[in-house]
Amino acid sequence: MIYLLFGYFATVSILSGIFTIALKNPVHCGLSLLSLLLHVAGLFVLLNAEFLFAVQIIVYAGAILVLYLFVLMLLNLKTEEQYLHKKYPFFLFAGVAILGELLILVFQTPYGGAQGAATPEVVLQTGPSHAVGITMFSDYLLLFEIVGVFLLGAIIGAIVLAKTPTAPAAGADR
Amino acid sequence: MIPLSAYVGLSFILFMTGLLGVLIRRNFIIVLMSVEIMLNAANINLVAFSHYLSSMAGQMAALFVIAIAAGEAAVGLAIIIVVFRGKIATNVDQINLLKW
Repeated sequence: MIYLLFGYFATVSILSGIFTIALKNPVHCGLSLLSLLLHVAGLFVLLNAEFLFAVQIIVYAGAILVLYLFVLMLLNLKTEEQYLHKKYPFFLFAGVAILGELLILVFQTPYGGAQGAATPEVVLQTGPSHAVGITMFSDYLLLFEIVGVFLLGAIIGAIVLAKTPTAPAAGADR
Repeated sequence: MIPLSAYVGLSFILFMTGLLGVLIRRNFIIVLMSVEIMLNAANINLVAFSHYLSSMAGQMAALFVIAIAAGEAAVGLAIIIVVFRGKIATNVDQINLLKW
């Protein structure tokens, strides 16, 4: 059963990824990106990361993708004749070659590493979201605060960039 | 039990899909979407290692990656709006203001 689910999520996410970069109409690309994000969220459930599953759906599929679709509809991009880069066969060849090499390496490398303390039993005892919260607000507190400042900077930057430019005479006192 | 290499292989395939999207597409927004695909591939990798090594660190990193992705999308889309409004370019390969 778990193999079946993994196969489904993996196949559909790879196919949606390919559709995202291959379809001509940008809105269709956005919708296949949505499908990719939802199936990656399914993979997170298979990996016992329930909190990340919720965050992926709420933040990625709910907020970021809607932002993309808003901008797509706002700009009203025309579907162009030449939608690929001029030199795309070269890039395509290079990309597929690197992909093949990496896949060969991945399936040949023996895997090993130090086991941590958060085994599935321990996580189940405290509850998945609870465990994430405990870790985030103890070991990763500084990182959490830095991300908060970063997001504030991103918000201010986006507002300043996208603000409607006013005529110099009207905005002389700025 | 699904082997870890299956997740890592899936993550590589998705990452290369995103990289190819950045390289071969001319549309601004599709290029940004391809960056999102790459970030998702990295997230799968982080969460898979977090699961197989029984550690919370990977999940934390994935959460922060999602936060960074939100900021990147906001600033990137603002830049796209500026470029479009100023009629500077309509495709990625036409932007050469910073080229010298």
